[in-house]
Amino acid sequence: MAKKQTVSFKLNGKEVDVVVEPRELLIHTLRERLQHTGPHIGCETSHCGACTVDLDGMSVKSCTVLTVQCQDAEMLTIEGFEQGGALHALQEGFTQEHGLQCGYCTPGMITRAYRLLKENPSPSEEEIRYWMAGNLCRCTGYQNIVKAVQYAAKKMSATSS
Amino acid sequence: MIPRGFEYHAPRSLPDAIALLEQYGDEAKLLAGGHSLLPMMKMRFAEPAHLVDLGRVSGLKGIREVGDAIHLGAMTTENELIWSAIVQQKCPLLVEGARLIGDPQVRYKGTIGGDISHGDPANDHPALMLALGASFVLKGSGGERVVAADGFFLGTYSTALKPGEILTEIRIPVPAAGTGWCYAKLKRKTGDFATAAAAVLLRMKGETVQEVSIGLTNAGATALKARQAEDSLRGKTLNDAAIAEAARLAMSICEPAADQRGDVEYKTAMTGEMTHRALRMARSRATATA
Repeated sequence: MAKKQTVSFKLNGKEVDVVVEPRELLIHTLRERLQHTGPHIGCETSHCGACTVDLDGMSVKSCTVLTVQCQDAEMLTIEGFEQGGALHALQEGFTQEHGLQCGYCTPGMITRAYRLLKENPSPSEEEIRYWMAGNLCRCTGYQNIVKAVQYAAKKMSATSS
Repeated sequence: MIPRGFEYHAPRSLPDAIALLEQYGDEAKLLAGGHSLLPMMKMRFAEPAHLVDLGRVSGLKGIREVGDAIHLGAMTTENELIWSAIVQQKCPLLVEGARLIGDPQVRYKGTIGGDISHGDPANDHPALMLALGASFVLKGSGGERVVAADGFFLGTYSTALKPGEILTEIRIPVPAAGTGWCYAKLKRKTGDFATAAAAVLLRMKGETVQEVSIGLTNAGATALKARQAEDSLRGKTLNDAAIAEAARLAMSICEPAADQRGDVEYKTAMTGEMTHRALRMARSRATATA
C-alpha cells in the first residue's frame, strides 16, 4: 500500500489538512473525513454532477479528482454558500422557483450554477441549459432549475450594480 | 469505486516528469485532466503502480499564435480552447469540436493533450487533428521530435509516443481565410462518446473544391483520415452527387466496433451521414476565392 500523504487546502475559507492515501477520491475526503456531506455521491462515474465542487475556479466532479491533486487548492462546497444566516441568491432562487424536489442533485446544481454565473452573469436560457448539462436531475425536468438560475442571476446583478 | 493503490508523483518540471517515466517504465502512467484515466483506474481497467501528475509541470499550458500556426500547450483544457479568442477567430473547427466533448465539468479538467495521447478512437481531438493537419511535439530524455497527426494514431490506445515520451505541444496550421469547417457529431446524450462524427475543413475556388480534409471519429481502431473521399472531391464541383459519393467513400473505410451505440452497419451509415452533414455545413461556411 502506498504511503499516506498530507494534503492541505482551503475549504470554504478555512485551512484544512488531511492525511490520505493517493488513491482517495476528493468526494470521500470531503464526506468521510471532513463531514462535508453536501456534495453527494450519485453515479461515481463522472456523469451525474451530484458531487460537483468548485476547485480553483473550476466546477469539477469530486468523484473524478484525487485528493492529492488538491494541494494548496481553494475549494467551495454547498456548505460555504450561506453567509451569516442569509441564503445565497442561488439557494434563494432554488427555493423560490421550486428548483428541486428530492434535493439530491441540488448541492451540485447550485455549486455548478455559482461558477457559471461568475463567468457569465446574465446567461440566456440556452446558455444555462448548455453550461449546466453536466448535472442531472431526475425530478424536475429542469424547467424550474433554469428559472432558479435566472432568479439568482437577476438578484445578483441587481445587488452588484 | 476506488482505484487500486499507487504512488503519486507531482513533478514541477518536464525533465523531472520524463525522469520519473524512465525510472518506472511500464509501471507509470501520466495523469493529465484525469477524465479518461481515473475512470479506467476506478474500474480497474488500468492499475498503474505510479501515477505521474502533469498538473504542476510548468510550461505545458497556453495558446499562442506563432507565425501561421497556433501552438497549444498539451495541458490546455477544453474550456480554455472554447474561450480562447485566438482559437475562436483562427480555428473555429476546434471550438466546435471541443464544445461537443463531455460536459462542462469534464471540459474544465479534460485536456487536449490527454485526449490525443490516450489514443482512444472515440475521443474527438484525433479526427479534428487529422482534419486540421496538426503536428505534435513529443519530448523525451533524448530530446524532442515533431510528428504529424497523420500517422500518429497506430491503434486503439496505441500511438507513436515511445516509452518515456510526453506530448507537450500541439501545432495547428491556421486554415486560410475563407476556409469552411464543421464537426458533425452524433451522440445519444450530453457526455457520451460519438456514435459517429466527421471533421471537415473545406477550401473552395468558385464552385469547385480547392482543398478538403476529412477526419472520422469512432469509425475504426483509430481516428481515420478519409483519403479517398478527399481525393474524390478535389477539383470537383461540390454538388449533392459529389457529396454523396464522398460520404460513400468515407463509409467504405469504416470498421467501427459494435457496442450499445449501435451495430457495425448502423455506425457505418451514421459516419456517412455525419460526413454528408459536415461537408454541407462546411460548404455553407466557406467563402470561395475567385
